[in-house]
Parts: sequence; structure tokens; C-alpha cells
Amino acid sequence: MNGVAFGVFIFLFLLVTVLGFAAARWRRAKDLNSLDEWGLGGRGFGTFIAWFLIGGDIYTAYTFIAVPATLYAGSAVGFFAVPYTIVVYPIIFLFLPRLWSVSHRHGYVTPADFVEGRYESRPLATAVALTGILATMPYIALQLVGMQVVLQVMGIGSDSDSWYVKDLPLFIAFAVLAAYTYSSGLRAPALIAFVKDTLIYLVIIVAVIYIPHQIGGWGHIFDTVEQSFSDFNTQNADAIAAGQASPKATMPSDLLHHAYWTLALGSALALFMYPHSVTGVLSTRSRSVIRRNASLLPAYSFLLGLLALLGFVAVAAGVKVTNPQQSVPQLFEDQFPAWFAGVAYAAIVIGALVPAAIMSIAAANLWTRNIYRAFINRAPTHEQEARQSKVVSLLVKFGALVFVLALSKDFAINLQLLGGVWILQTLPAIVGGLYTRWFHRWALFAGWAAGMAWGTWLAYGVKSPTQDHFGGPLVNLPWSDTTKVYIAVLAFALNVIVVLVLTPILRAAGVATGADQTRPSDYTADAGDVDVQPELDPEGATR
Amino acid sequence: MSSSTRWTIVVVLLLPAIVLPLLVGIYARSEPDLWGFPFFFWFQFLLIPVAALLTTAAYQLTKSDPRPPENENDPVETLR
Repeated sequence: MNGVAFGVFIFLFLLVTVLGFAAARWRRAKDLNSLDEWGLGGRGFGTFIAWFLIGGDIYTAYTFIAVPATLYAGSAVGFFAVPYTIVVYPIIFLFLPRLWSVSHRHGYVTPADFVEGRYESRPLATAVALTGILATMPYIALQLVGMQVVLQVMGIGSDSDSWYVKDLPLFIAFAVLAAYTYSSGLRAPALIAFVKDTLIYLVIIVAVIYIPHQIGGWGHIFDTVEQSFSDFNTQNADAIAAGQASPKATMPSDLLHHAYWTLALGSALALFMYPHSVTGVLSTRSRSVIRRNASLLPAYSFLLGLLALLGFVAVAAGVKVTNPQQSVPQLFEDQFPAWFAGVAYAAIVIGALVPAAIMSIAAANLWTRNIYRAFINRAPTHEQEARQSKVVSLLVKFGALVFVLALSKDFAINLQLLGGVWILQTLPAIVGGLYTRWFHRWALFAGWAAGMAWGTWLAYGVKSPTQDHFGGPLVNLPWSDTTKVYIAVLAFALNVIVVLVLTPILRAAGVATGADQTRPSDYTADAGDVDVQPELDPEGATR
Repeated sequence: MSSSTRWTIVVVLLLPAIVLPLLVGIYARSEPDLWGFPFFFWFQFLLIPVAALLTTAAYQLTKSDPRPPENENDPVETLR
């Protein structure tokens, strides 16, 4: 363990922790024991902060640890994160302004609220809410793994055989995160997001300019990586032929083209179904702000791509780690002066802590609003609601911990991709509902159930060299032994087919379609129009 | 410019930003390289500003779209 790096890390970490707890006191309007205050930071966050929160969502352990790890390990499809973050913005441009409009006219705070208002279907709304909570857990798990590998590279923890000692850094990270969210709610991560983003941009700019220059330039890096991967494939030819090892490559072969684009498209469609990203988008001031942001945010994708390539830089720099996720922190340790390595570690850990806190709060709000209030206590007091959300935010993090401990931690990106399989199944009800009321509510429910069941079953059956189940995001296309695709897109296709087949049948059979709260003009309403609420009140409207 | 023309242009602008990055077959190769970057990588980096420009152009078009809607039953109304 390097004393200087550790000292700088601890200093920055304590700084934001103090800031976080102080945030609970700062600009406190009323008491923290209401959902409004705890879960939405008292609201009043404008466009600028919303932009920061949405942009900051992209720079998490996903970008710093999970994506570069796949490139370091020679997974040919790892760079899919770049087309994913290109495709996502035109998609946002098209459908999210409509969700903003209808939500602000009817006071919908979650996608489940919208689904209930549109289809008058509590089962469908509950399915959407539960899926949001479930899918958030592996995404948080990815953040925990990200924190863990940084702590390991710093030399905190040990190689002990006891699983408890070995996972100690993970438990420490978990405890800090839990304490933090429980006491301060959303206002702490919102305030810390500024410090986090400043640190992260500093580290990114330095890392993508300074390190490749140190190592001999990008041309040299790509040549070295090609050589290293082809050496690996030659030396392990027998194991690869026997299926015990995967061949390494820098770009997808013909057989992996479908895997590459389905991973990109599936992830892009999934991103804005997650509860935490919907909250961020709905908190913008007007619908046109969403479109403006959609044209500004691709700037982030450029840095994401360069960060992904740090996986190759690590190979070229001769970084040797058994866990590929340690490659980027190890690269920082090898290449940066100790004090800046400390800054970089702090940036990654805080960059994982903040989104993990935001995600668990969004999932907890979903519980309190769409399940607790719908089924358990129809007229809760503010204190009861805040207590529900606080406790559930803890449970969601325990769920995340279960994902970390039960599934392989070698490629945390698989955790996030598993979440994508689930959350994508809510898309037909939500996005479909933004455009048409033709889909029958029970057809949507059946499609969701079929997609969830088949997607989970397929994911369960994926073996990897390290585990028998949930080993990866790809399966063979039905009736093909060679063409792999992302499970989420397959399950989504089944979901849509079920919806399209059952809707005319249910309509012909005269099964009630439910009342629709919304009118066509609700979907184009903007700030300043009649009945458009400038800020969403989580306790009003649909209560 | 009529509203339907405007929204048709918006879709035409956004379509390549969604479709091009997904056509892996057109860019999954090494040559020609640029500043040491294989084609596969620099082409995808190039797509980022291209997509940003297309989305910005689409935003400028929608910003000047007259509101309120002229006709709620107009099919382009579902894009707004």
C-alpha cells in the first residue's frame, strides 16, 4: 500500500463524506422525515443540476471499471458501449418529451404511475414497479464491485482464503453507502455530484492524454494489443478449441456482429426505463430542455470511448492482473505519481458511491409510491412514507450485495446487462403507451410475463469458464449454433410478439380495456400550458 | 414549412444517428487506420459528432415548431 496515494484518497473521501452529511442540514426547508425531502431533495433542482445528474449517471463504475475490463480481457464486443451511448440520445429525443408532458400534466412521478393512469391496470403498474426495483439491484451491484476492485488495488483487504476477509473491502464500501443514503437522502448525492464530476473529468482528461503519450502513442498501443492477443490465441489454441478459454480480439468477428449491435441497442432502449434515469429526466424544467440535452450529451460519449480504450492501454503498458477489472486502477497506480493515483482512486470510488445512492433511492421511492401506497397503506403519514423509503433503500442494497456474492464478480458488466434483460420488458407498456392506446392491458401484462420468464431462463442457462449459471449476456439465436445475440433483445422480441397476438384476440373477446386518464393533447403539453405542473409533487395527484 | 414536413425532416435526420452505429458490418475492419486508430475505432468516434450534429439540427427544427398542435388527428402529431 502506498502511503501518499492512500492519504490523498482518504482525505478526499472524508471531504465528500463531511459534505454529504452537511448537505442534510443545508437548505433544509422542513423536516427530513417526509418523502418529499428525503427522496427528492426538497425538489427545486433546476435544469443545470438535472443535466449534471443525467450526465453523471453515465460516468459510474460502468465506465471506469466494467467497460475497460472487457477490452483488457480481449472480449471482442466490449466496445459496444460506444454505439450504445450514441444511439441512446436520438431515442431519448423522440420519446421522452412525450413522457415529460403527460407526467407533468397528470402528476406522474414514476413510469408505473403513467402505466396505471393510461391503462387503469394495477397489475401492470405493479409489474412495472417491481421490475424497476429488481433491475436496479444488479446495477448497484456493479457499483459495489467497482469500489471493491479499487480498494483491492490500493492494498486494502487481503488475499486470505476466508471469504469474509477477502470481501471485507466490499462490506466497508457497502456500509459507507448505506449510512450515507439512509441519513441524508437524495440531497447528499446531488450536492456531492459536483465534486464527483469535477474529480472525474480531471482524472479522465489526464488519463486519456497523459498515459497514452507515456506509453508511446495510440498506434503503438493498438499494435502491441494486436500482438499480445494473437500470442494469447496461439499459446492457448488447444484450450480455445476445447471451449475452456475464449479467443481474444480487438473487434467483433462476423459471427459477433449481431451480438455487438443487439448489446448496443438493448442497452440504449433499457437505459431510460431505469427508475433513477426517469427521475432525472422528469426533473427538467420543460420538454424542449430534454431535446436540447439530447443534442449536447453525446460529448460525454467521446470521453467514454477513450476511457474504454484504457483497457487496451493497460495491456500495452504491461499491466498484469488476474481480475481484468483491476486493470484500470492498476494502470493508474503504475503510471501516475502517487498523489494523483490517490485522486484517481477517490474519483472512481466516489463516482460509484453517488450513482449507487441515487439508484437505491429511486428504487425505494418506486416501492413507497407504487406498492406501499397502492396495497399496504393507502393514507400514510409523511413519516411513514419516509421510513418506508429509507428501509427499502437498505433492502435494495442488500439485494445488490446478494447479486455480488452469488454471481461471478469477474465481469460486473454482466450484472448490468442482466438488469437490462429485465427492465427492457417494461418498454412496450411505457413507450408503446406514449404513442397508442391500441395495446390491450392484459396483452401487455402477458408480454411482460413472457419476456421476464424467458429472459431469466436464458440468462440462467449461460455458462462461463467460472460459473454454471448467469455466465454472460449472450445466447445463440434460436435455430442457430453460431450467431450470438443479447438476451434482452430476444426476450423483448417475444414480449412484443405476445402483445401483438393477444391484443386483437382480447379486443375481439370484448375484455374490458380500462379507462384512459389521458388525452392526446397531454402528450405534447409544455411548461406554461394549462394544467402543466412546473414541478412534480410526489405526494399529490394520483394519491 | 408545414408541421408534417418539419417532422418528416426530423425523423430523416435522426434515423442515421440510430441506424449507422448499429450496422456493425460496415465498420468492423482495421483499414484504413487514422493516427494509429484502426478503422473500427475511429469510425465509431466519428459517429459521435455526426450524431450530435444531426440531433442538434433536429432540435432546432422542433424548437420553431408552431404550437399548439394544428390538428390532433394528424399522424405526425404522434411524433411531437
